[in-house]
Amino acid sequence: MATAEVATHHDDTRHHDEGFVKKYLWSTDHKIICFQYMITGIAMALIGGFFAYAFRMQLAFPGMEVPLWGVVTPGDYNALVTNHGTIMIFWVAMPVLIAAFGNYLIPLMIGCDDMVFPKINRLSYQIFLLSALVLISSFFVEGGAFAGAWTAYPPLSSTAEYSLTPLGSSIWLIAVALEFIAFLLGGINFITTAMNSRAPGMKLYDVPVIVWFIVIASLLFMASVGPLVAGAIMLLFDQNLGTGFFDPTRGGDPVLWQHLFWFFGHPEVYVVLLPAIGISAEIITVFARKKLFAYRTVLNTAIATGVLSFTVWAHHQFVSGIDPRMAHVFTISTLLISVPIAEMVFVYIATLYGGSITLNTPMLWALAFIGEFLIGGVTGIFLGASGSDIYFHDTYFVLAHFHYTFFPIAIIGTFAGITYWWPKMTGKMMNDTLGKIHFWGTIIPFNFIFIPLFVLGLAGQHRRIYNYENFPDLALDWMFDLRIMATVALLVMIAFQVVFFVNVFVSLRNGKKAGNNPWKANTLEWVAPSPPGHGNFEELPTVYRGPYEYSHPDREEDYWPQNEPA
Amino acid sequence: MIEYFLEQGSTYAASLDGVVNLIGVLVGFWFMASLGAFLFLIFRFRKKPNQKAQYVTGYEKHEARWVHWPHHLILVCDIFIVIGAVQVWVDIKQTLPEEPEAERVRIISQQWAWTFVHAGPDGKLDTADDIPMIDELHVEVNKPYIYELSSLDVLHDFSVPIFRLKQDSIPGRVITGWFEPTITGEYDIQCAEICGIGHGLMPGRIYIESSQKHAAWQAQQAPIALAATAQ
Repeated sequence: MATAEVATHHDDTRHHDEGFVKKYLWSTDHKIICFQYMITGIAMALIGGFFAYAFRMQLAFPGMEVPLWGVVTPGDYNALVTNHGTIMIFWVAMPVLIAAFGNYLIPLMIGCDDMVFPKINRLSYQIFLLSALVLISSFFVEGGAFAGAWTAYPPLSSTAEYSLTPLGSSIWLIAVALEFIAFLLGGINFITTAMNSRAPGMKLYDVPVIVWFIVIASLLFMASVGPLVAGAIMLLFDQNLGTGFFDPTRGGDPVLWQHLFWFFGHPEVYVVLLPAIGISAEIITVFARKKLFAYRTVLNTAIATGVLSFTVWAHHQFVSGIDPRMAHVFTISTLLISVPIAEMVFVYIATLYGGSITLNTPMLWALAFIGEFLIGGVTGIFLGASGSDIYFHDTYFVLAHFHYTFFPIAIIGTFAGITYWWPKMTGKMMNDTLGKIHFWGTIIPFNFIFIPLFVLGLAGQHRRIYNYENFPDLALDWMFDLRIMATVALLVMIAFQVVFFVNVFVSLRNGKKAGNNPWKANTLEWVAPSPPGHGNFEELPTVYRGPYEYSHPDREEDYWPQNEPA
Repeated sequence: MIEYFLEQGSTYAASLDGVVNLIGVLVGFWFMASLGAFLFLIFRFRKKPNQKAQYVTGYEKHEARWVHWPHHLILVCDIFIVIGAVQVWVDIKQTLPEEPEAERVRIISQQWAWTFVHAGPDGKLDTADDIPMIDELHVEVNKPYIYELSSLDVLHDFSVPIFRLKQDSIPGRVITGWFEPTITGEYDIQCAEICGIGHGLMPGRIYIESSQKHAAWQAQQAPIALAATAQ
């Protein structure tokens, strides 16, 4: 197609050899920018994970000195939970799933040499890095880091006397705003590149679902983030200029912030879900050697989910003082979203039917994603229905539910993607045995962390309370046993992450050479050399068919690459 | 499911637990069915030597129905859940009991304490015998109460798990709601909305008393309240 000429020819002035700084730190190559996002995201995950370790230790062993942290004070506790949530969603899930995988996969999978706007791409990462540094700096200012929860409800977040973190609150808000600017810039590139730079012959229905899902996620992000950016500026003004947008003593309304926040906050779940579930689709088709069941239905369900996600935000506010009659509308819209999401999961399950399934490491992660996400999905119904949410709101049931949603997205989806595309990214194979040890060492403890939290939620335990000894009904022995179980499971899970890093270094040093297409997959990235150089393809591919033609009856081979003529 | 861990302490607790159980059964069925099919297919279609996977597109009608039928059934389940949830919601959040059978109690939240203003022996608020208590709410069993919830500073949330009741308190607003205790005893009141450094140090207690015990408590407190007012 004509538009494919936009950026698909080799340009020697852009792709010549460069020194270390220009190649790795100041690069415009989409793959290098992927690694920058990936490494920054993983570094932030280590920080966010460390915070989780510190506050879970406090919950299991209240008042004791936590190794590497010290005694967790009530102020520490609030700052830790606030920044754990913020970091894991905005500085881990988004940069890794959308920015890193989007950057790596979109140009390679649609068969072009780079993003349409490479310099904007580089700028987006640089602003993102700045946002991460700004956030981390908040821990070192007077009053400490922001401690008003990742939802930042005013007046707690807007008034220094209430939060006791005057500088931390503003720095947190500036960091979040910078991060959003970075992702708006990145999203422009993803959408423009995927729509305009497709290889000759690649029709819209020949585009792999992961690319579609990242495009839809970017559109969702762009459509939802405006109100929150406006809200963030208003909140910043409330904090520093004495305005009162959210302060009732000055004529404002705290509930306004909640609407602005959740109008963004709920679609955000789908912004990170779509890339992760897209990764899962790519892997399941390859390792089941199956055509993705009902490709067009999958796209339609993603679009339906995206559209519906804008109609459900107030289910987060059932008990927050909105007009009670509004709850009926939001209950119906929230439950409606279960239909396309369930259909998507059914499609994935149906894809397995009649397959020839190999359970290697990437496939285990991809399947675990579906299995664990199912738990997150079904437990969401309790919270989306107004009547039952009265009880569950802000309990540990909510906490367990969204970790069963976000952990599969952010952690399982990431490991699925890394282990699957590792041979392409590095030219080396990862060790499958180490991969499986890491997989089971992550998945089993994960369930032991969060199933107890469902139980504690059912028993009425609310969240963000640093010491349950203060509440007689929550200070029972069996409850502490469950808290200790969850904490020990977290320690085990953290310990097993070492296996992953060992696998990374062993693979880079001594890994088996991967070749261009070790998994015998169809999509275009496997046509490029492993690892692809700046400019990606030795010869730009032409596309003849969709991405999931596995086990076609007319062929002896059980795969049929998109660029191979009939 | 909740009743296994926590007593039902209000007139509406059982109906809320009922809708939770209804959802539990419906989503439990779909969860088990999906997970069962998922695991079965993984084991049934493990790779075998010299056996190619089937070419199934999902566009043939007889293939597509395996996905379309379940999602239509999910829509039917959603309708049952909406009906159950809305009934409970209307009862708890939209239907206040009739006065004067119901007594009013004022709940004022602030960083980091609850002030409960009880009516004195005259049964009315804003009279000289009102009884203010910090972190202690005293109510009579089998008597409906209408609460007036407000906040002096940030958002807090009045949550009484045994009642299955939760409501944010918002500075600048007075939110009314209700409850009717059905058991006696002493239970937690938790603040369910993060409210600053002392959020974990804001435990209230609710004392649900028989009418005689409650009257005795009221009689004991009222003179103190009156004396305080007189000064």
